[in-house]
Amino acid sequence: MAHPQQPGADAPPVIEMLGIVKRFPGVVANDGIDLVVLRGEIHALLGENGAGKSTLMNVLFGLYRPDEGVIRVDGKPAAFAGPRQAVGAGLGMVHQHFMLIPRFSVTENVILGAEGNSTLHLDRDAAEQTVGALAEEYGLRVDPRAKLADLPVGMQQRVEILRALYQGSRTLILDEPTALLTPQEVDELYAVLHRLREGGGTIIFITHKLREVAAISDRVTVIRRGKTVGTRITKETTAPELAELMVGREVILRVERPPASPGEPVLVAENLVVTGSRGEPALRGLDLTLRRGEILGICGVEGNGQTELVETLAGLRRPDSGRVRLKDQDVTGQDPIALRRAGLSYIPEDRHNRGLVLDFPLTENVLLGNTEAAAFSRGWRILRGALDAITRRLMRVFDVRAPSPQTHARALSGGNQQKLIIARELHREPDALLAAQPTRGVDVGAIEFVHRQLVRERDQGRGVLLISFDLDEILDLSDRILVLFGGRIVGEFVSGRVSRTELGLRMGGRGEEERGGVAVAD
Amino acid sequence: MDDFFSFDLLTATLRFSAPLIFAAMGGLLCERAGVMNIALEGFMLVGAFAAAAGTYYAETPFAGLVAGMAAAMLAATIHAFWCVTLRGDQIVAGTAINLLGVGIPAFLLQRIWGTPGGSPQVERLPGIGAGLNVLVPVALVLVPIVHYVVYQTRAGLRIQAAGEHPRAAASVGIDVVRYRYACVIASGALAGLGGAYLSIGDLSQYTNNMAAGRGFIAIAAVIFGNWTPFGTLGATLLFGAAQATRVQVQALGLNVAPDLIGALPYLLTLIVITGLVRRSDPPAGLGKHATAE
Amino acid sequence: MGLPSRISGLLPALLSSLAAVTVALLAGAMVIVFTGDDPVEAYRALFSGAFGGRRPIAETLVAATPLICGGLAFAVAAKAGMFNIGIEGQLLVAGLASGLVGAYAWNLPASIYLPLGVLSAMAAGGIWGAIPGVLKARFGSHEVITTIMLNYLAERLINYVISTEERFPVDPRSQSTQPVDPEARLPNLLDGTRLHWGFVLALVAAVVLWYVLFRTTLGYRVRAVGLSRGAAAYAGIPWGRTIVLAMVASGVLAGLAGAGQTLGLQGRHINLSAGYGFTAIAVGLVGRNHPVGVVGAGILFGAITSGATRMQNTAGTSKEIVQVLQGLVILSVAAFAAAGHFRLGQRLSARFGGGSAGRASGNDRSSGVGMGPEIEPQPGPPVL
Repeated sequence: MAHPQQPGADAPPVIEMLGIVKRFPGVVANDGIDLVVLRGEIHALLGENGAGKSTLMNVLFGLYRPDEGVIRVDGKPAAFAGPRQAVGAGLGMVHQHFMLIPRFSVTENVILGAEGNSTLHLDRDAAEQTVGALAEEYGLRVDPRAKLADLPVGMQQRVEILRALYQGSRTLILDEPTALLTPQEVDELYAVLHRLREGGGTIIFITHKLREVAAISDRVTVIRRGKTVGTRITKETTAPELAELMVGREVILRVERPPASPGEPVLVAENLVVTGSRGEPALRGLDLTLRRGEILGICGVEGNGQTELVETLAGLRRPDSGRVRLKDQDVTGQDPIALRRAGLSYIPEDRHNRGLVLDFPLTENVLLGNTEAAAFSRGWRILRGALDAITRRLMRVFDVRAPSPQTHARALSGGNQQKLIIARELHREPDALLAAQPTRGVDVGAIEFVHRQLVRERDQGRGVLLISFDLDEILDLSDRILVLFGGRIVGEFVSGRVSRTELGLRMGGRGEEERGGVAVAD
Repeated sequence: MDDFFSFDLLTATLRFSAPLIFAAMGGLLCERAGVMNIALEGFMLVGAFAAAAGTYYAETPFAGLVAGMAAAMLAATIHAFWCVTLRGDQIVAGTAINLLGVGIPAFLLQRIWGTPGGSPQVERLPGIGAGLNVLVPVALVLVPIVHYVVYQTRAGLRIQAAGEHPRAAASVGIDVVRYRYACVIASGALAGLGGAYLSIGDLSQYTNNMAAGRGFIAIAAVIFGNWTPFGTLGATLLFGAAQATRVQVQALGLNVAPDLIGALPYLLTLIVITGLVRRSDPPAGLGKHATAE
Repeated sequence: MGLPSRISGLLPALLSSLAAVTVALLAGAMVIVFTGDDPVEAYRALFSGAFGGRRPIAETLVAATPLICGGLAFAVAAKAGMFNIGIEGQLLVAGLASGLVGAYAWNLPASIYLPLGVLSAMAAGGIWGAIPGVLKARFGSHEVITTIMLNYLAERLINYVISTEERFPVDPRSQSTQPVDPEARLPNLLDGTRLHWGFVLALVAAVVLWYVLFRTTLGYRVRAVGLSRGAAAYAGIPWGRTIVLAMVASGVLAGLAGAGQTLGLQGRHINLSAGYGFTAIAVGLVGRNHPVGVVGAGILFGAITSGATRMQNTAGTSKEIVQVLQGLVILSVAAFAAAGHFRLGQRLSARFGGGSAGRASGNDRSSGVGMGPEIEPQPGPPVL
């Protein structure tokens, strides 16, 4: 698919990626992507998580070799063997997670790897002057002598930009550059980018936020499920059109789902405030109520507080303030064992590091979190016979395909691993079930199976909290939908009465600006 | 008490500290590049033995010095191969090198001279008076050199980057593997010097297991010195002084248990690494491999 | 009950250990050739020195006793993800404790005195092992450094006690405690040999450890913490308390080794580091940190130790080759483990893909100490 209308067709293309295909075993991450970036423009690359943006950039930088497709930089065919060559060709990457060394000064970070021609002695003063002058030139106010660790995040990002400029980059690629910034820092970043463009630089701005596309870009290319779905001139398009392109229309799976009959509240969170792992505010006063007999879907783009929300509800993270109630009990800050006893089950988003001990056999994975249960142990003694029998039964009922209960979890496919976790968590017959990304990275058959299980649990009067980045999954399964953005619920909808576009807009942060803009459409 | 805090105590401190300084500077380079090095003990033993053997055959201690460094560098290359290339467990590999460092010299000793406990007497490195040999000033000069290399050179910046954040270093085109190899081998050369100090500087023969844990103390000194050359120097002097005091106390027959004084450095190290006294600040990428996804 | 699959699970481990030992022995043979001896003759002498008759076999088991206990000590710590280099110190402190208790010559019957001696050793070892556990759980201090420091502290402490005859029942001239009261000694097991009941205790310890590790919820928690700290947190298993527990158990087992040497073999604590604590690391690694494997590896290393004297006498190969062989075995095991992980890593990346399609799973490579290719710096206490 070629670029439809070229704006300022006089500007030559800097980067042309045509028909890029990159396959991984079992997954096609890029399935024919076209991206043409013109000299002197700010080009937004818009797509949901997993749409293939990062893979595409890794292909461009030579970290992955594309299976098909053509790459041209400045009109010349380019197949970089690694980032070093890409940098040599004038490309610069500003990573989402900065590739900077906290203990180093700004100057040391900038010059690292290209310290100048002196072989032995490091002339810090000269380097500081060079870096200072460069910073001045582009209006990147930052003290070249400051220690990186002492700088706020926005300032650190400038160091990354400065480094790219120092290395001679004329085309800058920024990967979700606003993810960790405050609104003021975002404005300053925009100013810097505009200045760079005026100086003849080209910028690729990777994002999933519609507002940013409108605010900063000249053109935008939207990708979805590994394919380019369109390139637009930003001024000539609308947010709804982009939202539609980004999330698509087609429905992949349909689950038989009779109407819900919600009962009393089973899991309630009030005004949760949680700090994330990097010390950033992750949840900023979140409320939600999960009722028996309903599936409550939480949609949103990754990194808006989902992980922190789930871990707080599961007892793995302590909230700074706010309360969590499970049935009639206040369970705020209780540990996972107490929560399980109180009737909570939890399907974690990270199968490999949370949900399973990969080097344990299936039996011992069934035991995970259940060691205190009477069915599995007497005192300290593990009831191996019972454990084996229960594991076999669960394998049969939940269709976990493995040679034997003694097989190690590592040897199972992703789908079977996930089924095992679900079997274990449902075996407890919980009152409330947290399901985080329950179908991430599993095959289609397993997805259907997991979806049916969740609906069945709902119909048996349990409350199911479904957190997913996959909008289709949310729409297919949920009875009610909450939109999570920036650590807050910014929209509540009843399933079937909300358009995908509307959800896409909310997920992209639109409507957040209008204060109190929580649209309840019931 | 005049006897106690004497010139003798000072020279004895230097005498005990010098081999620790060599090994600790090697350990510092290695850890700054991100490789945990508990193999220093083995490097020292191999160096000490080769120095004695080299002196024995070439009949000059300077040849022994070269032989000691070369042998320890060979051992270090093996260590680097296991830790960096094979990406094996750095502690396991270090443990093996240490066992080999005890075993191979003892084995060869028996083989070459047929003497189980130690080598024959060989010529010593020249002294500079006060019971000190020529390597003592070398050790003291080494510290500012290492400081200069780490903080004032391009290589030093890259070594630090490899140890702090190997992926970031690799992302700007630094060959992390090469820098790590270089630092591990350099640590072998320096620990080998420390070993040679023991066999042909302080004594004039190799005796079995003569490093007697100095390689481990050197690592403690690096931690104690918070991975800075001058801090590490201070720690080695402290450890050396504790040892000198122990000997002094014994010699003067004072009513203090020398072993309790000797225990102080270890106790202090234990306290220091809790981070309660002062923030312990190891290289952030210590033990991490460069290309781990 | 799943027997075939369990055998097939153990078989690769056994084969890999055997292969590693074989490679190390071949490398050792090259060393022997290099020094001008005949490796076949040397190894034959080694073998007959270790197994050629009742006395040699007894001596092999005598040498294996502290190695089995020490190997179990290494294994239990490793199961929790801790690399215990401090077995030597724990063993020596324990030996001293039981030596002192036995040397006081309290007027007690053997039925009380002997258990008291053994328990004092286990308690001393347990305390010495608990310290690095607590330091890691509380402050994140790397156990490798703390255990090394504790080894030297143990050495100084023992030096002090052994040289302070006015306060303790010791004999500074022979650098040992006074002889242990006969009522406190571990009896001889086989007449005309030095084999003592410490060997039986070591086997009992192996069985008990196997049972606790693989049949109880306690052992389950230890193994879960060692294999995946994230999954353990998910299950509500407290990381800090569990690693302290494992380190105490490790120290207790090292203490048992000390008791065997002091109350069994020597009849007093001798102030001499025989390096069992370091060989124990090799035993644990070769035995794959499994109690059964550790018993086998302990006997193997005991055989090499006891057969070496014979080898030196008949084949002329210096018995110092033993330590060389130990070092080579560890290197070889480490190389095999690294290669295994390398293959595994390739399989995994093939299955889960890369980039946005799948995420690198962090815990894949850190499964247990000694088998993983890297020690991850601990990111401090978990979130709760």
